[in-house]
Amino acid sequence: MLKNFVNKRDLPVFLGFIAIVLLAPIIMAPLGAGYPDLLQKFAIFGIFAIGFNILFGLTGYLSFGHAAFLGVGSYTAVWTFKLLTVNVVPAIFLSTLMGGLFALLIGVISLRRSGIYFSILTLAFAQMAYNLAYSVLTPITNGETGLQLTLNDSRVIDNMFREVSKTSLPSTDFFGLSMSGFSGFYFCAVVLIICFYISLRIFRSPFGVMLKAVKSNQERMSYTGLNTRPYTLAAFVISGMFAGLAGGLMAVTDPLAGAERMQWTVGGEVVLMTILGGAGTLIGPVLGAVTIKYFENIFSSLNDSILNSFFSFMPEPMQHVFTAVAGLFVGEGWHLTLGALFVVIVVFLPGGLMEGIGRIGKLFRRGGDDGDKKEPAAKFATPAE
Amino acid sequence: MKKLSVNRRTVLKGSTAAGVALSMPTFFHSKAYAANFTNAPTGSSVTLGFNVPQTGAYADEGGDELRAYKLAVKHINGEGDGGMLNTIKPLSLKGNGILGKKVAYVTGDTQTKSDAARASAKRMIEKDGALMITGGSSSGVAVAVQGLCQEAGVIFMAGLTHSNDTTGKDKKRNGFRHFFNAYMSGAALAPVLEKSYGKDRNAYHLTADYTWGWTQEESIKNSTEAIGWNTVNAVRTPLGAGDFSQYITPVLNSGADVLILNHYGKDMINSLTQAVQFGLRDKVVNGKDFTIVVPLYSRLMAQGAGKNVKGIYGSTNWHWSLQDAGSKAFVKSFGQEYGFPPSQAAHTCYVQTIMYADACERAGTFNPCGVVESLEGHKFDGAGNGATEYRADDHQCFKDVLVVKGNENPTSQFDILEVVEVTPRSQVEYDPKIFGGNLGACNAGKA
Repeated sequence: MLKNFVNKRDLPVFLGFIAIVLLAPIIMAPLGAGYPDLLQKFAIFGIFAIGFNILFGLTGYLSFGHAAFLGVGSYTAVWTFKLLTVNVVPAIFLSTLMGGLFALLIGVISLRRSGIYFSILTLAFAQMAYNLAYSVLTPITNGETGLQLTLNDSRVIDNMFREVSKTSLPSTDFFGLSMSGFSGFYFCAVVLIICFYISLRIFRSPFGVMLKAVKSNQERMSYTGLNTRPYTLAAFVISGMFAGLAGGLMAVTDPLAGAERMQWTVGGEVVLMTILGGAGTLIGPVLGAVTIKYFENIFSSLNDSILNSFFSFMPEPMQHVFTAVAGLFVGEGWHLTLGALFVVIVVFLPGGLMEGIGRIGKLFRRGGDDGDKKEPAAKFATPAE
Repeated sequence: MKKLSVNRRTVLKGSTAAGVALSMPTFFHSKAYAANFTNAPTGSSVTLGFNVPQTGAYADEGGDELRAYKLAVKHINGEGDGGMLNTIKPLSLKGNGILGKKVAYVTGDTQTKSDAARASAKRMIEKDGALMITGGSSSGVAVAVQGLCQEAGVIFMAGLTHSNDTTGKDKKRNGFRHFFNAYMSGAALAPVLEKSYGKDRNAYHLTADYTWGWTQEESIKNSTEAIGWNTVNAVRTPLGAGDFSQYITPVLNSGADVLILNHYGKDMINSLTQAVQFGLRDKVVNGKDFTIVVPLYSRLMAQGAGKNVKGIYGSTNWHWSLQDAGSKAFVKSFGQEYGFPPSQAAHTCYVQTIMYADACERAGTFNPCGVVESLEGHKFDGAGNGATEYRADDHQCFKDVLVVKGNENPTSQFDILEVVEVTPRSQVEYDPKIFGGNLGACNAGKA
């Protein structure tokens, strides 16, 4: 039964992925990242990056506009909470659907071009979506302040079936299971695992092979008489649905949708995540998402007093020098550290973190058994051409 | 007989199951049974969360806010010269922390984005165990974080946020604001404008196109129209536009003789500088000298705009040149610590932190509901704004408002604004019902 479920060769990776995701609160605790909100972000941006990778990693189409689908997903989810129910199931379903619909709309137009023109078109659409959300569509999006739940929301389904408090705001739940804290993380984790599985199946399917062929030589594909547009459009819509789902989950764990979620910088961030982790690899995008979110949340929170205690084993003058130097790279300087890391990775490991892991794996193999080609790590470290 | 075989697959399966089982404890012990409210302090210290923009357009304000917070923590813990602890009356703080516990703090970068600000605030609450979150340099962010604190069951002490919404339609029981708002700006400015520019004026608004800009435009429009001014046009400009020339050129031929800039931060610096460069202030329209008004002033912005602010009216929450005992004490200890005078953002953040600490001390508990109760309707004096009250109906502070003017003859690089008038509280007060909204019930978090 399991054989039909996952390719035998991929099974260890899949099971390993499940184990690591479910154990994340324990694994991340020593790194200072074992608290629910950041773990939720890891999972959600992992989903976002996995979806983006289906488009960018497989077809090579670089979209800067995926933030728009993320935002659409969030707005849809919050409106579902406001109008229907705070149970998350309809919200997740609708936000995925809306993400896909918007992707279809933008994809049909943008995919008429490829290469840099495609990237610019998606960027333009994302900027339009952002400006619409920020000011023009304020009645729907609540503009800069962001869409929040209020006491006056109609919540039609909730009002029919359960007791509704008149004085305090409801919180989102999955049939009674609260969506904040660790239960929220485990909910996202399960969705992440499902998304990872879908991505794995796409990578291994004939459809996935077709997408990889588009990436390696689209012209030759068209010379053989094959229309590649439906394939790329399908990949675009699927990645848009992943983004919508990720946006929906953001609203599920924290019922607020703001326009800045649609800003092109968010679209750029997911590009960074994918490249940092390793575009075209299965696990790479998730690794990239975790790395970037870790920097954003943990490095930015370090301040001089924390550094001082970290370097306290040194003699006093040295401690001050080290604190001053390190202080440039943490706190408000976390962008600098991330930028440096990104440069190092792109220059020395063009295949991203996954290439690094692959190389380390190879080192060990060279020491022991020569050339065991079946080692799964090597398989996943090679980016799709 | 079936042989027990151990292969790689069963090992992996087994370890996955074990992993799930191992992670269950963390699932359950999420401090659910530890206390009767969120992050109840158990050790000898309490943690406060300072959530300010350290990068982005408002990084200057954020940096100054952080300096003020650090100073406030020092004073509450009994270090330094005590600052306003010596001047605020009444005050229960003894200079030994709060309720005998030493105050520690954590910091975060809001990036002036709601998402980043909420992520940062959540980290403080979930990981660092912060009891109170304070900060903000944008009303959107303040409203978003206030909502989060309400859900999480901690107190939110708003920093620099000027929109009517923060304590208007988006007010929350767990949130308090010391800073003034757009309505008060309008109410304080109008009489001064009437006195200097007369009743017969035509105003042209340029407004930052987001919630704060709109509430300010509305408030200023209402109060200037009440003194007989006519509003020629109100044009929305995108946030962070950089170049405002296309918005300023039409002003020249609109027949308006007053330009009102509902901008803040770098937008205000750019639009004001360009308006002056275009020669608007040298023009004579309808037989009157053309003038510019900037309803919300901050010294940091005025510094950026340089000599262009000379003679331009605006309102501000506080200014370092005030001569009352509280202001003097604060300016002195801030200056000793950092070498320059504090901004109004620094002042409001400092006061908010002290008042939170004092409220805990008076309530005898850190429980948010207790703190809310002791802050609601609390009256105090000696914090630089004269008699001040946290109004119970909307958690907005009511106090005198300063009308300021760009200094014609500055004596130093900080001496840019001069206080023209101190508008008494009674003149800027309003009915809490006019903005709608609902405080809801207080939330102490996980019981």
